[in-house]
Amino acid sequence: MARMKFLCDAERCIECNGCVTACKQEHDIPWGVNRRRVVTINDGVPGERSISVACMHCSDAPCMAVCPVDCFYRTEEGVVLHDKDLCIGCGYCFYACPFGAPQFPQTGAFGVRGKMDKCTFCAGGPEPDGSQAEYVKYGRNRLSEGKLPACAEMCSTKALLGGDGDVLANIYRERVTHRGRGAEVWGWATAYKLPANTPSTQGIPVPNPPATGAPAGGSKS
Amino acid sequence: MMKIAGVIALAVGALLIAGCGERPQVVRYKQGTYQGKPDTPPYDAQFKGNRGEWENALATRNQAQNEYKRVQ
Repeated sequence: MARMKFLCDAERCIECNGCVTACKQEHDIPWGVNRRRVVTINDGVPGERSISVACMHCSDAPCMAVCPVDCFYRTEEGVVLHDKDLCIGCGYCFYACPFGAPQFPQTGAFGVRGKMDKCTFCAGGPEPDGSQAEYVKYGRNRLSEGKLPACAEMCSTKALLGGDGDVLANIYRERVTHRGRGAEVWGWATAYKLPANTPSTQGIPVPNPPATGAPAGGSKS
Repeated sequence: MMKIAGVIALAVGALLIAGCGERPQVVRYKQGTYQGKPDTPPYDAQFKGNRGEWENALATRNQAQNEYKRVQ
């Protein structure tokens, strides 16, 4: 199995926030903590684009590098998790993360920062799988039930994909082939620079690059 | 005249090699070593350690995200 990854297709995301709701509901996330959120660029302008953002489970995660108590670990499947018993809530990971994934619950009346909370790829944490302790600290462990993250599985437009990175890349590739554009925007080959003649990148139609100066995705009417 | 030229040459030489002794000022972070509790593989509990079965379950659900396969 390859690494577990998320992929959000900006061409499909309709900013419904269903993924955010699914995540909150699935893990009983407290008020003020958003493991996932939808970011919209050029909101309200024709051609606006939205993407759903959470922990991207980086292969070289900066949060892991800056943590002073080394509470992060990466599972065999490439999911970045952490031990809340060890976390001191210092917030270094928040500053290091380019996606703003680490969240800190306000546990006291005076805004005392709690232990860090973030997307677990629905893989729980270092407590026994499926236990109450795991649910309370990290949320539901869907991965151990043979399921994929709730946000991706319930996405109505299938903009948000989650699972094996190679499979996601194939799904996205097929989608791009059908609609005839978007290969240059996102995807495994874009991120990891696969050579153009490898079998995994063959068959992708390469669309014309957008004209400079034109607004992305359309023009004002 | 020669003296001034010598001083200038010396100054230029010193200026040219001034950067050689500079150290990189970018912090290079090293990955930490996990200090917390050990975690069990996700296929240990419900799938009783059967990794293949677990991977098949995930692969099936992964394909459910591909509507070109799901809806014919």
